[in-house]
Amino acid sequence: MHAEEKLSLETWPAEPEKSTLEAKNKFLGFWFFLGGETVLFASLFATYLALKDKVPDSTHTLAKDLYDLPLTFVATMLLLTSSLTSVYAMYHMKNFNAKKMNTWLIITVLLGAAFLALEVYEFSHYVHEYNHTFTSSAFGSAFYTLTGFHGAHVAFGLMWFLTLIIRNSKRGLNLYNAPKFYVASLYWHFIDVVWVFIFTVVYLMGMVG
Amino acid sequence: MENSQLNSGNPRVDIEYRKKKSAEEMRHQVVSFALMIFLTLIAFATVAIKGFSAWFIVPFILLLAIVQVIFQLYYFMHMSHKGHEAPSMFLYSGLLVGMLTLLAFTTIIWW
Repeated sequence: MHAEEKLSLETWPAEPEKSTLEAKNKFLGFWFFLGGETVLFASLFATYLALKDKVPDSTHTLAKDLYDLPLTFVATMLLLTSSLTSVYAMYHMKNFNAKKMNTWLIITVLLGAAFLALEVYEFSHYVHEYNHTFTSSAFGSAFYTLTGFHGAHVAFGLMWFLTLIIRNSKRGLNLYNAPKFYVASLYWHFIDVVWVFIFTVVYLMGMVG
Repeated sequence: MENSQLNSGNPRVDIEYRKKKSAEEMRHQVVSFALMIFLTLIAFATVAIKGFSAWFIVPFILLLAIVQVIFQLYYFMHMSHKGHEAPSMFLYSGLLVGMLTLLAFTTIIWW
């Protein structure tokens, strides 16, 4: 099969994400990138754990008094649900239904945007109420680097989905763009994987002390 | 091609078969989503109910996170499917290298 082929529901392959050479390369290359991302985030987690609560004096707020459990819980639910909605999108991609795929991707983008809005609110709250900034302490630097890097990934994922949706809005599905959607959804799930460790290691373990 | 065994040559039969296959996969994914939500709720509840010691909470919620991530990787990211040997190798080697950093940073410069 090659990418330019016009396909119908009957001829659509079972694994469109791996049915051309280009798609196979994309698939493999993207997983290689995710291996690198794992190293990146593990290092940021290591830095955070080493520098947690390392503040110059007692005027600085520590993790225990900073984090807000209900806010983190809502953010977690939003991101977890957006992971499921992108699974739905890929289900419709495999069934050669571009319209339904786009609908679920838009829902995913909306949930991701809501997550990002909560994170922006959270950061500005910390800065204004607690004077907890990127430069206020080693703890602040480590915290904002880790969570901020994850937030930047979310923002990039949103842009990626939106670009794909807009670029392919009038094209329908083919073997050229289906792997692109698949890889973007892998990226989105990976963001959720990282968040599971952020809410556990940063927020929940931070509340425990 | 890898998916050649899925094609009987009769398009109608193939579509029916594939539809059934992906509906089955979808069921697995919805179940793993429910479990992921459930694990998240337990993790938050363990911390919200003040009464457990940190020595219990920390390993417990880390375990819940690992289980949840396994669901995410193997069901949502399809690592349970065939043809994911190279992706597993990439991911686990990345994890191994990352773990070295984590180990060093939490043991050597912890104090």
